[in-house]
Amino acid sequence: MSSLIPGHTTHTEHRSTPLSDRKLLMWIFLASDCMFFAALIGTYLVYNGRSLVGPYPTDILDIPLTTVSTFVLLMSSFLMVLALHAIRMNDIPKFRLWTLGVAFFGSIFLGFQVYEFSHFIYEGLTLQQNLFGSTFFTLTGTHGVHVTIGVLWLLSLLIISYVRPMTSQDALSVEIAGLYWHFVDIVWIVIFTAVYLVEFI
Amino acid sequence: MALGRQPVPHSAPETRALLKRPTWETGLWSWLTTVDHKRLGILYFVTTFAFFILGSLEAAVIRVQLAAPNQQLVTPDFYNQLFTVHGVTMVFLAIMPLGTAFANYFVPLQIGARDLAFPRLNAFGYWAYLAGGLIFYSSFLLGGAPDAGWFAYAPMTMTEYNPGQGIDFYMVGLLISGIGTLVTAMNLIVTIVNMRAPGMSMMRMPLFPWMMLVTAFLVIFAFPPLTIALFEVIMDRSFGTLFFNPEGGGLPILWQHLFWIFGHPEVYIVILPAFGIISEVIPTFSRKPLFGYPMVVLAGIFIGFMGFAVWSHHMFTTGMGPMANSIFAITSFVIAIPTGVKIFNWMATMWAGRIWFTTAMLFATAFLVTFTMGGITGIMVAVPPFDAQAQDSYFVVAHFHYVMGGGALLSFFAGIYYWFPKMTGRMLSERIGKWVFALVVGGFHLVFFPQHFLGLLGMPRRIQTYDTGLGWDFYNLLSSIGAGVLGLGVMLFIFSLLRDMRSGKEAGDDPWDGRTLEWSISSPPPHHDFGDLPIVTDRDPVWLAKHPELIEKRDELSESSDGAPEAPNAADDEDELVHIPGQSWFPFLASVGLFVGGMAAVYHNWFLGALSVGFITLCVYAWAFEGVGGHYLRVRPNERRSTGLASIRPLSEMAGKGQS
Ligand SMILES: [Cu+2]
Repeated sequence: MSSLIPGHTTHTEHRSTPLSDRKLLMWIFLASDCMFFAALIGTYLVYNGRSLVGPYPTDILDIPLTTVSTFVLLMSSFLMVLALHAIRMNDIPKFRLWTLGVAFFGSIFLGFQVYEFSHFIYEGLTLQQNLFGSTFFTLTGTHGVHVTIGVLWLLSLLIISYVRPMTSQDALSVEIAGLYWHFVDIVWIVIFTAVYLVEFI
Repeated sequence: MALGRQPVPHSAPETRALLKRPTWETGLWSWLTTVDHKRLGILYFVTTFAFFILGSLEAAVIRVQLAAPNQQLVTPDFYNQLFTVHGVTMVFLAIMPLGTAFANYFVPLQIGARDLAFPRLNAFGYWAYLAGGLIFYSSFLLGGAPDAGWFAYAPMTMTEYNPGQGIDFYMVGLLISGIGTLVTAMNLIVTIVNMRAPGMSMMRMPLFPWMMLVTAFLVIFAFPPLTIALFEVIMDRSFGTLFFNPEGGGLPILWQHLFWIFGHPEVYIVILPAFGIISEVIPTFSRKPLFGYPMVVLAGIFIGFMGFAVWSHHMFTTGMGPMANSIFAITSFVIAIPTGVKIFNWMATMWAGRIWFTTAMLFATAFLVTFTMGGITGIMVAVPPFDAQAQDSYFVVAHFHYVMGGGALLSFFAGIYYWFPKMTGRMLSERIGKWVFALVVGGFHLVFFPQHFLGLLGMPRRIQTYDTGLGWDFYNLLSSIGAGVLGLGVMLFIFSLLRDMRSGKEAGDDPWDGRTLEWSISSPPPHHDFGDLPIVTDRDPVWLAKHPELIEKRDELSESSDGAPEAPNAADDEDELVHIPGQSWFPFLASVGLFVGGMAAVYHNWFLGALSVGFITLCVYAWAFEGVGGHYLRVRPNERRSTGLASIRPLSEMAGKGQS
């Protein structure tokens, strides 16, 4: 009986467009996620300069430090491209190497963020201190959660590659994780510009 | 039907599942683990009905309290809770998910798909919505419901002014049910974009899935601002952030902006599914194709876009200045144009049609009149000077009840009368239906028409009682009597539903001479919906298949056919093997995690909250690794096509001949 089925699989997989459902879902999620960040960044910008007490952004933001962490995050996107290329070429060792690289760079970025947060709290900037604290921690914290999920996701894909043979479906999974990762990077560029760079123009 | 079953013949290695894959077909567990869009649709219907009844009871108490001046049936405090919970229930827990109920059941059937693109995500969407609803309603039992109105303006929601837990229930409940709404909308978009039957181009798609597509896009762009606003209030109340705290420089007006950037699209999230249903009901019972199909589609899309450019018309009296007021007044007028286009298209569809006044059609006609009345008062309150007079008066109450109740709800009545035979295989009594129609529509106008005058006479909304001698007594009494009539109609409707579900007249597959694909399969539809995937060469494929004499007029009716597309079906003498996705525990369990986590957030129990996040993460992993699963259903050649579909094949052949 089961020999009949491969010939039939196309029946159940009729689709109206060449896009896979999962990739389409990710694109739609990202469109929606744009609005989440738009609302958060909007809140930040509305409240920018409205804090009644310090520390104010210019007192405390460290551009060189954040530039380094931003650079690390951008480089992780580069490695993501390499990882996707490797799995498409079915080069599993390279895929593992680059994926580990992405997760590692993502973790470095998170490490910078943890350092930055604890440093700010030490300097007296807390969630409750002023509007800058409320909006800054909420916005960058939400982004940090996104990065954390991305790191966990990539590490999961890495572990799968040790557990069972990778298939073309897994390549699609890597591509989708990559879409997410690049998006999170792009959002950071916007946040870096709106929160950090604009202050010092 | 004697349908054989096949194990899943996947070559991929069996992944070890955390829980044994459920296979119950009946009983409670089968409902908790179901991923079938029809069963989830039924769950949505039942749940939204339950919430609708709760919301109606709250409204009933309000109307009794206001029936005469100086009554003290409920305290002012409890009255605040009543109107808040009534509004939230009707908007978020009853009317909006009722659209989702229709979408779950009928979008796949109308586009010729066997399920939604992500069946387990669909189940999760339902359970998350229910979890949010339960969190919200548990406030009644746990120390007091929210009382800051359905739009919960800051700073009324600050801990300082609202120290109880009510606001937390509101914020967390809406946030979690919003997660369900969001994922379901994403699922619907993928389904409609990617799973249309072979040959069903976008411009051959029925109007209901079209309007659901626009609605789903509105959801994915409108719910994030609401979610962030809710999240910011939760942060304010839980961690002492200053987002909406004026003492720390926070701007309460920002809440209004964020809320209405969501809130106005929400009106269209509620009303566009209704437009879709009306666009199915009116052509069927006018026995004509929808007049100006492309215009109706484009008007829907235009409404969707414009819906994001009008939010500040809810804020004319907040002092935005004449410039902003003028701009938002103009965009609000503009949005009336596509809405008017639709109304005229529906009237033109009825024009010269052989109209069959079933209960569904009666409701659709009442919708046209009632919704237009709501639209006209909408244009009135879109004029800033008039709005300055009408703001926060019963005129506004009358306006949005005409839109939400007279628009959405009447069309949902039409939809239920129209599709009940398909869902149950039985007809709803038309005799009782006419009574339901008379009581509901008559009662509705009796409740809300006098409220226009109350508003113009200066009665503010949200007051617990009023003094005599203000000229409000008579209209309030009228309105309360109307509520009784409306309630009688709803009770009669529920009686009819419960009775005819079991003992109604047998409906057959196609009682209305239907036009779209759902009428080509049995009533109720088989588990797999479609044996053969239907092949679509036209709009209204089933109707044209039944009335081949109309095919010559086809080019006038719709875009020209490009012949029959390749059929991805088995050869005629073979069995069709239809994949049935496996049931799953994890959508339900993940939502249990959301419920517990939500309650933890309400009570600021962050340890339990962290545990819930861990549990949800575990569910997500188990979900991902168990895979789609399921089995193949073997459909024999003689069972592959039911009555309607059998004639679709000849249509595609005829269409081909007609062209040569
Ligand atoms: Cu509006």
